[in-house]
Amino acid sequence: MIITRVQPEAFDAGVEAAALAAGRRDIGAIVSFTGLVRADDGLVALTLEHYPAMTARQLAAIAADAWARWPLLGGTVIHRYGRLVPGDPIVLVAIASAHRGAAFDAAEFLMDWLKTRAPFWKQEDRGAEQRWVAAKASDDAAAARWETP
Amino acid sequence: MITLLYFAWVRERIGLGEQRLAPPATVATVSDLLDHLESLSPGHAAALADRDAIRIAVDEDFVGTDTPIAGAREIAIFPPVTGG
Repeated sequence: MIITRVQPEAFDAGVEAAALAAGRRDIGAIVSFTGLVRADDGLVALTLEHYPAMTARQLAAIAADAWARWPLLGGTVIHRYGRLVPGDPIVLVAIASAHRGAAFDAAEFLMDWLKTRAPFWKQEDRGAEQRWVAAKASDDAAAARWETP
Repeated sequence: MITLLYFAWVRERIGLGEQRLAPPATVATVSDLLDHLESLSPGHAAALADRDAIRIAVDEDFVGTDTPIAGAREIAIFPPVTGG
């Protein structure tokens, strides 16, 4: 199964990937994606707000969807909330499968979905100015690729 | 009674994260509810004026504005999401 966690604490992508493979002999591929806070245009911090009950429910639903679409052998999705600074990890998607194709596709699917369907909102802090990040049409287009007809 | 939840700039403009109310009997859909909420305060009106800029979840699922709200317990109003 794909485990989903929403937490303020940092995570270690290497530890999470190793945990997926521990004691297994059937896993041939682990794809791990980590999103980090970038110091764009004088950004001091990024604060992530979320809707906890809906986040947990929607993450579990999309994890089940990915599990049904690809032959996966395990996975971990972690999304942080609260105040983060440049260089901090925000999100982890780590997916295990027998062969790389399924792991790459499922990881990309999960990230595209997180960007457009998980109820998180980012506020940028540039010292003098706080601004809510606007949604991007390119993220909607990326997620639309996975819509089943 | 319905619990309303507001997030991000919708929360800031309204000045509340949460409120409970019993909408008038004429309120049948999400769109009707938004019209009603707009009448409550200048903050509500400012937050809800641009309907293309907000998203709605009824009992933790995304819905369109023509969705009936009969039986809904919790309705959340927020900007398009920006996680990941």
